[in-house]
Amino acid sequence: MYSYLLPEFAIERNEERCIRCRVCERQCATDVHYYDAEPDKMFFHEEACVGCQRCAVFCPTNALFIRPHPAEYRPNSSWNREKLQDLKKQAETGGVILTGSGNDKPYRIYWDHLVLNASQVTNPSIDPLREPMELKTFLGRKPNTLEIEFNELNGSEVKIKSELYPNVSITTPIVFSAMSYGAISYQAYKSLAMAAKKFGTLFNTGEGGLPLNMRKEYGSSAIVQCASGRFGVDPEYLNAACAIEIKIGQGAKPGIGGHLPGEKVSENIAVTRMIPQGTDALSPAPQHDIYSIEDLSMLIYALKEATNYEKPVSVKIAAVHNVAAIASGIVRAGADIVAIDGLRGGTGAAPKAIRDNVGIPLELALAAVDKRLREEGIRNKCSILAAGGIRCSADVMKAIALGADAVYIGTAALVAMGCTLCQKCYTGKCTWGICTQDPYLSKRLNPEITSQRLANLLRGWSHEIKEMLGGMGINAIESLRGNREHLRGVELAEWELDVLGVKGAGE
Amino acid sequence: MNNLNVKFGLRNMFLDGVRPVSELVQHVNTNGSNAYIDALGLKHKELNDLLRETALKGVTSITVQNVFGQRYIGTRLYLPNLAKKMEIKIAPNPGNDLGAFLNGHRLIVYGNAQDGAGNTMDDGEIIIHGRAGDIVAMSMRGGKIFIRDNVGYRAAIHMKEYTGKVPALVIGGTAQDFFGEYMAGGRVILLGLNLSKNERHKAHYIGTGMHGGVIYLRGRVEEYQLGKEVGIRALDSHDWEIVGQYVSEFSSHFGFDPAEILQEKFQKLLPVSTRPYGKIYAY
Repeated sequence: MYSYLLPEFAIERNEERCIRCRVCERQCATDVHYYDAEPDKMFFHEEACVGCQRCAVFCPTNALFIRPHPAEYRPNSSWNREKLQDLKKQAETGGVILTGSGNDKPYRIYWDHLVLNASQVTNPSIDPLREPMELKTFLGRKPNTLEIEFNELNGSEVKIKSELYPNVSITTPIVFSAMSYGAISYQAYKSLAMAAKKFGTLFNTGEGGLPLNMRKEYGSSAIVQCASGRFGVDPEYLNAACAIEIKIGQGAKPGIGGHLPGEKVSENIAVTRMIPQGTDALSPAPQHDIYSIEDLSMLIYALKEATNYEKPVSVKIAAVHNVAAIASGIVRAGADIVAIDGLRGGTGAAPKAIRDNVGIPLELALAAVDKRLREEGIRNKCSILAAGGIRCSADVMKAIALGADAVYIGTAALVAMGCTLCQKCYTGKCTWGICTQDPYLSKRLNPEITSQRLANLLRGWSHEIKEMLGGMGINAIESLRGNREHLRGVELAEWELDVLGVKGAGE
Repeated sequence: MNNLNVKFGLRNMFLDGVRPVSELVQHVNTNGSNAYIDALGLKHKELNDLLRETALKGVTSITVQNVFGQRYIGTRLYLPNLAKKMEIKIAPNPGNDLGAFLNGHRLIVYGNAQDGAGNTMDDGEIIIHGRAGDIVAMSMRGGKIFIRDNVGYRAAIHMKEYTGKVPALVIGGTAQDFFGEYMAGGRVILLGLNLSKNERHKAHYIGTGMHGGVIYLRGRVEEYQLGKEVGIRALDSHDWEIVGQYVSEFSSHFGFDPAEILQEKFQKLLPVSTRPYGKIYAY
């Protein structure tokens, strides 16, 4: 515990309502609440509270109120409270300030400055409740042309003459983004896998391997990652999956690697990552066999060789300054999918300085990449997966209109499982049982129930997407892809509209 | 979008112009469980197509001649139902990523290998009668690699082990910088047989970031050549047993006298911590 720090949260307990059931005490992972029998009263250590709200929602009498601590230093828009508290932490430890989940700083959220179109009079809107509406999406390389051969005498004999590349079909353009077993609990990981399978979409294993007992059942719903630490990567793992992703970067921490601390490397995680129990799992910053586009190409084809050219290979990068040129290089290197993770992408642990300052917003990166690939005539060579800060079905729509084939959701899925974005993922003490390896905490998630919550989320979003598509008079998600005519900008500067490739509202 | 876009057209250096296996049969000569492949003029994928095709026909021993830089030899041979692992003899110079993700087969190279030999290899054996390029044995997880001469930069980077699966890399010559960087497991033996008397090994930053595994180093190395995560120890009897076993295996491959190699001084390089970066964060 740090000296000289103000508590982050203030706790208020309504004594009249409190029935001393001690639920708050049992639910808290940071030992905030405690009971004293002598006065028969609950007390608390406010400074340990992370504001996860677990106790407040579990309190049967709604006696607890957790709010940001009202104490303030003298108001100062440059040296604000967060800056001061961080300085004090570093003065005490000399350490790198860690944080979890995505960038919480007030960078412009372009989704909130883009509006969608709808049909009025000049073309009819469609009601998805009664008319077919296609959300099915294929991820992978598409041929330049589609040549079809058919026998004129016998009309039923139709063959596709063009060479097709391996593609993965998903029922909705929403995929769970990479969260490894180790970063999240087994229960949370399994929930994602079960929901993906149930709904006909995909989950991503991250860099933590795919447990042996899950390969057969969930392999066909898994994108497996091959990242710089190569944890858990063996030929069986690659062949068990439906797609492979080379992780170059992550939106929350572009340019740096990852350290899974040894204390989180439990027996099961050690088996899955194929490393000894208790050692740090260090993912280097670069992949040491990739120092250039040519080297990337070498790994892409090594993975295609290892899987007999049967699976699409994705390359995931963080959105950074020259993202369009980089994406072009990635497609030319042979990638079938390019995943772009923006500034607001989440993480289990990252240095705060990097999470909050490195990278560019997804919306701009995505639009720039789509535009560049179109200009170069290679957009069909890859699918684009957009990640980082997709919060609702409207964001999905806007991302697709800016050129994405599908989106990755991470934080939204975690919230569906219980997460309240307290940003303490790196402590391993997630009261919601998501980002922890403590069995007492992780058993709070029941994959049967949690996977249903995730599937519900996908169902709700998919329905909303259909409604919005119908409103536009479109009956297939394909028709929205890269279709910027359905977007207009509000409160955006000329250069922003230009990068996004959209007109201003009213134009 | 029509292949006529000359300015921005996409040329696929791996797949353009790849001929189907049926057109390549004259490159293969099968005799029972043995086969001979002439790799002259074959593209990376064509050679690997032929290797897979030949393996699926039940051939267990293949000799590949006229190999000039073809990549990924052995990578496409993940065939869990194969009754017996294969032995592939390769001459003279296979290309990058020789035996990447190798699944238990044995590759013998009569010549030099290029970069990435044994990349993320899972199991099996690679024996190189010559030298190898950079990042040999990167993230290797199991099996053995023997290299007669020198290796390039970042050999043995991020090698790892788990329970019974302990990879081994034996290098007859010397290595370049960042040797054993980020090593997380496995055994590496650097013999320095081609160094002259009292000449020190070439590498700097040996074992930098190392947090598992062990390097046995024969010959001279100065402390300033080592990464700060590495400590030097003397070999105990168990170490000598391991070194003796691998040195005799190495010698039998390349015709050296193990007793002569073992006469020289060996040092053991170990990580000082399994958690080198545990204390750099403020929670």
